[in-house]
Amino acid sequence: MDKKYFVSSSPHIYTQDSIPKIMYTVILTLVPAGIGSVYFFGLRTLWIMAIAIVSAVAAEAIVQRMMKRPVTVYDGSAILTGLLLAYNVAPSVPLWLPAVGSVFAIAVGKMVFGGLGYNPMNPALLGRAFLLASWPAHMTIFSGAVPRGGTVSGIDAITNATPLNVLKAAQDVLQHPQDFSPAQKMEASEAIGQLYDSIEDLFLGRIGGCIGETSVVLLLIGAAFLMYRRYIGWKVPFTYVGTVALLTWIFGGADGLFTGNPIFHVLSGGLILGAFYMATDMVTSPVTVGGRIYFGIGCGVITVVIRLYGGYPEGVSYSILLMNLLTPLLDRWTRPKVFGGKKKA
Amino acid sequence: MSVTSEFTKGLYKQNPVFKQALGLCPTLAVSNSVESALGMGVAVTFVLLCSNSIISLIRKIVPAKIRIPIYIVVIATFVTIVDLSMAGFLPALHKTLGIFVPLIVVNCIILGRAEAYAGKNNIGLSIIDGLGMGIGFTMALLLLGTIREFMGNGSFMGIPVMGPAFEPVLIMILPPGAFLTIGFVLGFFNWLENKRAK
Repeated sequence: MDKKYFVSSSPHIYTQDSIPKIMYTVILTLVPAGIGSVYFFGLRTLWIMAIAIVSAVAAEAIVQRMMKRPVTVYDGSAILTGLLLAYNVAPSVPLWLPAVGSVFAIAVGKMVFGGLGYNPMNPALLGRAFLLASWPAHMTIFSGAVPRGGTVSGIDAITNATPLNVLKAAQDVLQHPQDFSPAQKMEASEAIGQLYDSIEDLFLGRIGGCIGETSVVLLLIGAAFLMYRRYIGWKVPFTYVGTVALLTWIFGGADGLFTGNPIFHVLSGGLILGAFYMATDMVTSPVTVGGRIYFGIGCGVITVVIRLYGGYPEGVSYSILLMNLLTPLLDRWTRPKVFGGKKKA
Repeated sequence: MSVTSEFTKGLYKQNPVFKQALGLCPTLAVSNSVESALGMGVAVTFVLLCSNSIISLIRKIVPAKIRIPIYIVVIATFVTIVDLSMAGFLPALHKTLGIFVPLIVVNCIILGRAEAYAGKNNIGLSIIDGLGMGIGFTMALLLLGTIREFMGNGSFMGIPVMGPAFEPVLIMILPPGAFLTIGFVLGFFNWLENKRAK
């Protein structure tokens, strides 16, 4: 019989993509940023990545064995979670910290809800939030994260805080002028000026920060490949970054509206890592077109609110976690009309 | 319906927190240390014991339509006694527990036992029931308080037990830690129950 007339049931169009293939591709695209962090922060970062990955995989295997489910650690999702968690801690953290974070991310962030595909929130970010709440000192002090050929803040005058930390402190001075001396105010506005001039350092990653978040250019190389392969869409990351840029331009300046520096805000902190690798997680982001756009805008709004008005210098992880929780609702509100279906009643 | 089974049902089989999932608000809020867990447990046990006996005594003269407000008045009386004595004799504990002492009035375990048990049974059984439920609640709080204080502060009853190298898991004594702990403990008891049923 000629194969052309072979009759089969649907689906008729399918793809060769599988969970392991997608997961390992994402991991590969994260490798440049990892190499970059080893270059900037030293071999210790490699240990942190290895420990985070091994504990994530081990935790998944043990929990799946305990739950009497098939052990699926070879699909790469646990490796990816471990790697992303390692990218979310500072290079100077004690080595047990990424291990604890990975175990929490996998056991509580993923397996408790039923495993891959059922987790409401990004496990790696949940692990980070857990670490941040439990050991705030280790997670917020970056004075040990001195990059090769640069300073933690990217400017020479200040050596122990990340760019966003410096910006937050300086903005605080400028917004409460009555509480500070003229010399401090001068210093603050000078620091902001220098920060805005250090865009090149931010772009290359020659600043302090979490392991995987600093080098924008290396992250973008990986993200471009993922977009080319269509493993991540453009809607979430572009609306996310765009919203952050727009809002920081309007509200981010100290001299009134439309005086902020959007480029600085986009390149600093964990925004690029978050927008391209964590907000786009297939499990925890919406599936509809409208849902994705609202998701990106929501992430951007929350990030800017935390950065400019909140207590923390950086808000990427919390914004994504909060929007993860809204994902089912966004999918419901933006459900497209079924072809041939009736209008909404 | 023996006296022993009326007492022991509150300890495990119908444990107010782990089996009936009642009184979760104080359970989550004050279980961040063993000391406050014990204080809350004893306070609730006392109120439960007293309210159960009074409500059991007056159950035949209380009109059915307005029984809930009458129960609340009885409960509130004893909560006020607890509140004022605690403020007088244990001011430090009173300060730690804060708003959760007056909130014992609306603790659903107490009203639940009044409605489900004391309003229908004689005083002897009601006292036994109140005592069992109160001790069950205290045990639940102590279990959560021990886990949370140990992990979140590295201590038991305020005495450090973990040595200086231990860096406490701060989240465990914060509100999220309460939800995490109770989730895992409830899951553990459900798992135990399922295993036993098999």
